[in-house]
Amino acid sequence: MTQALLVHRLQFGFTLTFHYLFPQLTMGLAPLIVVLKTLALTRKNEHYNDAARFWARIFSINFTLGVVTGIPMEFQFGTNWARFSKLTGGVIGQPLVMEGVFSFFLESAFLGLFVFGEQRLSRWGHWWAGVAVFLGSWISGFFIIVTNAWMQHPVAYTHLSNGGYDVANFWGLLLNPWGLIQYAHNMCGALVTGAFAMAATGAYYLLDGSFREHAQIFLRVGVVAGVMASVAQVFPTGDVQGRYVARHQPVTTAAMEGLFRTETGAPVVILGQPDAENQRIDNPIIVNRALSFLIYGTPTAEVKGLNEFPRDEWPTDIPLLYFSYHIMAGLGTLFVLVMGAAAGLLWRGRLFESRWMLWALMLAVPFPYIANTAGWMTAELGRQPWLVYGLLRTTSGSSQLVHAGNGLFTLLGFMGLYGLLAILFLFLVFHELARGPEPAR
Amino acid sequence: MIETIWFLFVVLMLVTYVVLDGFDLGAGILHLLIGRTEDERRTVLRTIGPVWDGNEVWLIAGGGTLYFAFPRLYASGFSGFYLPLTIVLWLLILRGVGIEFRMHIASIVWRGLFDGFFALSSALLAVFYGAALANVLRGVPLQPDGDFFEPLWTNWRVGPQPGILDWYTVIGGLTALLALAVHGSTWVALKTRGDVNVRARRLTLACSPVLAALTAMSLIATVYVRPAVLDNYRVHWLLLVIPVTVVIALAAIPRMIKRGRERDAFISSAVFLGAMLAGAAAALYPVVLPASGDAAWNMTIFNAAAGRHALSVGLIWWTGGMLLAIAYVVFVYRTFRGKVSAAAQTLY
Repeated sequence: MTQALLVHRLQFGFTLTFHYLFPQLTMGLAPLIVVLKTLALTRKNEHYNDAARFWARIFSINFTLGVVTGIPMEFQFGTNWARFSKLTGGVIGQPLVMEGVFSFFLESAFLGLFVFGEQRLSRWGHWWAGVAVFLGSWISGFFIIVTNAWMQHPVAYTHLSNGGYDVANFWGLLLNPWGLIQYAHNMCGALVTGAFAMAATGAYYLLDGSFREHAQIFLRVGVVAGVMASVAQVFPTGDVQGRYVARHQPVTTAAMEGLFRTETGAPVVILGQPDAENQRIDNPIIVNRALSFLIYGTPTAEVKGLNEFPRDEWPTDIPLLYFSYHIMAGLGTLFVLVMGAAAGLLWRGRLFESRWMLWALMLAVPFPYIANTAGWMTAELGRQPWLVYGLLRTTSGSSQLVHAGNGLFTLLGFMGLYGLLAILFLFLVFHELARGPEPAR
Repeated sequence: MIETIWFLFVVLMLVTYVVLDGFDLGAGILHLLIGRTEDERRTVLRTIGPVWDGNEVWLIAGGGTLYFAFPRLYASGFSGFYLPLTIVLWLLILRGVGIEFRMHIASIVWRGLFDGFFALSSALLAVFYGAALANVLRGVPLQPDGDFFEPLWTNWRVGPQPGILDWYTVIGGLTALLALAVHGSTWVALKTRGDVNVRARRLTLACSPVLAALTAMSLIATVYVRPAVLDNYRVHWLLLVIPVTVVIALAAIPRMIKRGRERDAFISSAVFLGAMLAGAAAALYPVVLPASGDAAWNMTIFNAAAGRHALSVGLIWWTGGMLLAIAYVVFVYRTFRGKVSAAAQTLY
């Protein structure tokens, strides 16, 4: 890998990882805000409106950062990945423009109305503005996943005479099965983040002894949404996606699982460090035959190991891919346990007094972010060494005339600027938390 | 044929972007001058608060449309303008944060800091946009494979190895700065009352003659730097409507302000911006990125376009999506119509 390519990859990876910290919360919160607005209308309780307004403030801080860190993602396709854009623009440019046209206009228009227009709109009008923001954010997620899905699993394309690609079938591109599965899995992940954030805020207020009524609303909505989303995250969406990857990118599955050699009755490695040089797992804790069962539904099935594939098709960062996948899957399982326990306590009416559970919920809030990031790292590192799977290698996609010095200049600039954004963000969120939900002025 | 349609669509989206985001950029450039007190500054920001983000979506959607319809142009142009485009991204970030984060904390220091971010980034963005357009008009050092890379500056001359900034593109940048300042001041005048309104009108009147001088200078300089910009106008006489419109609209801005017709002043300014961009597009067509060296290496809509099937299906959803987008825009501007009052909203 040349130094320039490394810098391009680092910059895209860094800016994308930072960017996605914000949309995962806004996409997760948007439906929960609609739930709060709906409860406010049906139960005629102003606390729900205060709660919705509080979360709209948190939402808009995150939305701003999502927007300003999102524009660089679109631009970088051209600035840093020119050879890739030249060849694939006609295909993946399509979902990218559709995101702008069908989602961003809707989202930006109605977020303005939702945040500024409460006095100008009727109660139902304000509810509809919330629904429109929810739809906008989820449509946006869909088109981005369609874009990524084409890079993971290119479908519905033809070759052009100049080496580029054209769309052969519009609906085939939009309804790429990989994209539909990935969308379901990804949106569950966003909901998990939103639900954990809401529940953790409720837990904090109860432990702190402030905003008791609002805190109980946050906990009820957060825990109910959280238990549903974290279960659906694992099964069916995670399960289906795992099997789909195994079918279409078997070498990725082998690297994710740390399976160096083909085995019948392959085990799942729960813990252990992959030693890529000697092709083995150090300090393994394994569940025998579990991998064969998870992928093929029978404990004796044969699972192909890395040894079956030529070296130049192996993912380029196997240990990182392996750990990303294991962190995602491990945390996903923990979320089911934590939210399951909280839901059980809520059902019995004891959640608000269970201080240990409230502490656990409050301290859990960073982990959905880690799990979502690790999940995306699994998808993107697993796609390597390809930029478009099977069609275009990452080494042939970057901008050739942008050398490492200019790339590093902008990478360092982004790191400095995003560091500043992170500080401002945390400062403002803590400020809003201290201010808390309050009645309309 | 279909390439021409997409060329028109892209131009239309960029014009919409410049006209809409242009007024909030302009308000940003001037808000420290128009608003002296905290209340007055908030009044200026309130005129753009609910709409600036939607206005910026036209940049994202326009850039996306360029990517989709003319991938080679997008790839070549964006990687060739690597440094200025990245700086534009940083400015867009600072600006978005400047306006949105300002309201959260009621402290003079905090608000002063974000006012500074907002004014500086708005002004620099206008300069960069103008310089970018000037770069395209002047031509870039395209290689036969359609790639190029421009440093930020070289020797400030319009030569075979130009930089992003030279004397010609700096004129373009300053023209854009003044054009958006005028546009923003007419918008603020239209949306406010009292002292803020008076100062906005005064700024329109003060900036208009400077803008007129810069516009004349940039037009003459463009013809001097690339005489080929007149080719299309020589063949199609009807295109001369565009420069005539530029002159009439520009002259109308201060006249309308003097007569108290704020809405017409804003419309004149919008027409001026639209006609300037349309004039540039008409001068370039069908070239989209001229080569500063051999004209055979020019990038045109024909050699930069995406595949046929993509472009034809695109027509259907793009048209539908645009109608929806226009409906949202109309709805939002209607909801927030009229002059802003001091106590109407709690935010900003």
